[in-house]
Amino acid sequence: MQQIYPDERGRYGDYGGKYVPETLMYALEELEEAFNAAWGDASFHEEYQDILREYAGRETPLTFAGHLTEHLGGAQIYLKREDLLHTGAHKLNNAIGQVLLARRMGKSKIVAETGAGQHGVATATVCAKFGLECKVFMGEEDMERQALNVFRMELLGAEVLPASSGNKTLKDATNEAIRYWVTNVEDTFYLIGSVVGPHPYPMIVRNYQRIIGDETKQQMQTCCGALPDAIAACVGGGSNAIGMFYPFLEDNVKLYGAEAAGMGVHTAQHAATISKGTRGVIHGSLTYLIQDENGQIIEPYSISAGLDYPGIGPEHAHLAESGRVEYTGVTDEESLEALSLLTKKEGILPAIESSHALYLAFEKAKQMDRNERIVICLSGRGDKDVETIRRRMEGESSDE
Amino acid sequence: MNKATNVLTVEEAATRASYPLFVPFIMAGDPDEEATISIALSLQEAGAHILELGIPYSDPLADGPLLQRSAQRALKGGMSLKGALRLIRTMREHGLTIPVVVFSYVNPVLRMGEETFVKEAASAGANGVLIPDLPMEESSLISTFAKEKGLSVISLVAPTSAHRIEKIASQARGFLYCVSSLGVTGTRDAFPDEAYAFIRKVKETSTVPVAVGFGISNRRQVELLDGVSDGIVVGSAIMKIVEEQQEALTSSNKADRNQALNEIKTFVSTLISS
Ligand SMILES: Cc1ncc(COP(=O)(O)O)c(C=O)c1O
Repeated sequence: MQQIYPDERGRYGDYGGKYVPETLMYALEELEEAFNAAWGDASFHEEYQDILREYAGRETPLTFAGHLTEHLGGAQIYLKREDLLHTGAHKLNNAIGQVLLARRMGKSKIVAETGAGQHGVATATVCAKFGLECKVFMGEEDMERQALNVFRMELLGAEVLPASSGNKTLKDATNEAIRYWVTNVEDTFYLIGSVVGPHPYPMIVRNYQRIIGDETKQQMQTCCGALPDAIAACVGGGSNAIGMFYPFLEDNVKLYGAEAAGMGVHTAQHAATISKGTRGVIHGSLTYLIQDENGQIIEPYSISAGLDYPGIGPEHAHLAESGRVEYTGVTDEESLEALSLLTKKEGILPAIESSHALYLAFEKAKQMDRNERIVICLSGRGDKDVETIRRRMEGESSDE
Repeated sequence: MNKATNVLTVEEAATRASYPLFVPFIMAGDPDEEATISIALSLQEAGAHILELGIPYSDPLADGPLLQRSAQRALKGGMSLKGALRLIRTMREHGLTIPVVVFSYVNPVLRMGEETFVKEAASAGANGVLIPDLPMEESSLISTFAKEKGLSVISLVAPTSAHRIEKIASQARGFLYCVSSLGVTGTRDAFPDEAYAFIRKVKETSTVPVAVGFGISNRRQVELLDGVSDGIVVGSAIMKIVEEQQEALTSSNKADRNQALNEIKTFVSTLISS
């Protein structure tokens, strides 16, 4: 039997915990209490399930990618279609759950960080629906890479605040969101976007994302009468991955996490936290992170704003150490190759984040038997990335 | 020169000081190592009882823009936790005799290893450690090592600590750092009214002296805290002068350097002298 994590100290094995300024400690205690009360309350689940069904569009389909399977000639490839969720990515599952929690706690102001803008859009969307005030911190670099999502958040009535420190990406947006929360902790709910941060956040976000894996398990039973042989997901902070993996942790299913290798793990330009990181604390949690020998955090790099993060959720650090999940770096170029292939073979344009998982899964599928099945968590759609992809492709052809 | 041998413990220095117990914070390596030494000695001369020496960190979550910029300058100059511990040794050689508290975010400490850090800090001449992102729930290991080496682990209480105040105060060593108001470091003109009731409550609970920090920048605040707290921690207001005077502080001209150090001393005397 797998031990139940997190333990009462908010740990997943050695990882996790609460490394935050004292100002936030009581707020985290309150949050944990409120979450546990909600999670144990049938009426909370009823409300949550209703909104997921009628507003968000759950359940999302499990699509058999027939053409692609034929093309690769290996395992049968299935796609869990979080790209079809309202707002275009899995992030909405968590945003809905946390907004319901904020309402139960009587907080009417929400602050969030965002990388690709998907979590920011999801948060702004749910705040619009429930009439809550919403502020989203976003790195200046990401505001440029994901300009369309900035505009979407503003249309939804959110205020987008630029984070201008460091590399001006997700890490810096998270720093600013936490600083804002420290200052406004009494009336503001911090709606974190992945399974990162101090306890109880990694547990809360996992529980709001596990619906991905729970549905997949049922859908596989319905379509094939069996569990999949393998599952792949991309890992930024790790929320879509843990949501997908969690219900399968005790099953005989191979689990693969794809992290961003940027220009390659042998260069300095990557965000491959498990492959290249070491133990340390980032954003309140003991985990793996990319740092130098003095414990200073190194700025990560990935083409995909959603994976461009120097840490990883503490539960992933634990699953990597125990060997239950295998984590592999996928480069910018490899992910774009997989993106093109899926688009051409199946008529589905995936997010660049999700394309990291696609590449890894395609490589695994080629080595698997034709009667085996692999499920990929297609965490989001690629519409937000069209501009990045276009620039990249034009840039490449003009280099030639 | 000989290593200073007559250094008080943090608790001794805090207990003996008459109001205000004055604990300045400076960032190691901003604008450079030599200037940090001179600033530390100037602060001692101006009446500091305990020095808080900040270790620059890439992602200082509890700091406002001013100390973020300060950390960036120090990091650019190559400062690190190891470098700062070496710097304490040098300060001692130059005649710094007040206790030194190392202020570091937890990650550089973990990277060095908690046990190694405590050992090296003690041997370099530090007397205490303050880790702003290490709440009591996570601090038992470092407290054990620190106790062995005679270092005080300084605890913080915040206006939101609620029921936690008693437990934190009962474990406090050296002095208890009372965070004046919500938010990150930076100068504030005044504290919210409810701050005083909170500080009084902390003072009633604490068995060690209480120093108030976060936002102290003027004489009026220090006067208002008289009779409420035992002392003050002042960081951003000092580092603001350091930022403004960075060129003078690193000038090859001694008169320029002294002029800048005098700015700091003058500020301190308007803040604390009776
Ligand atoms: C589509 C998509 N997939 C994945 C991620 C990475 O986040 P996580 O690892 O938490 O799923 C993001 C983050 O923005 C995203 O937008």
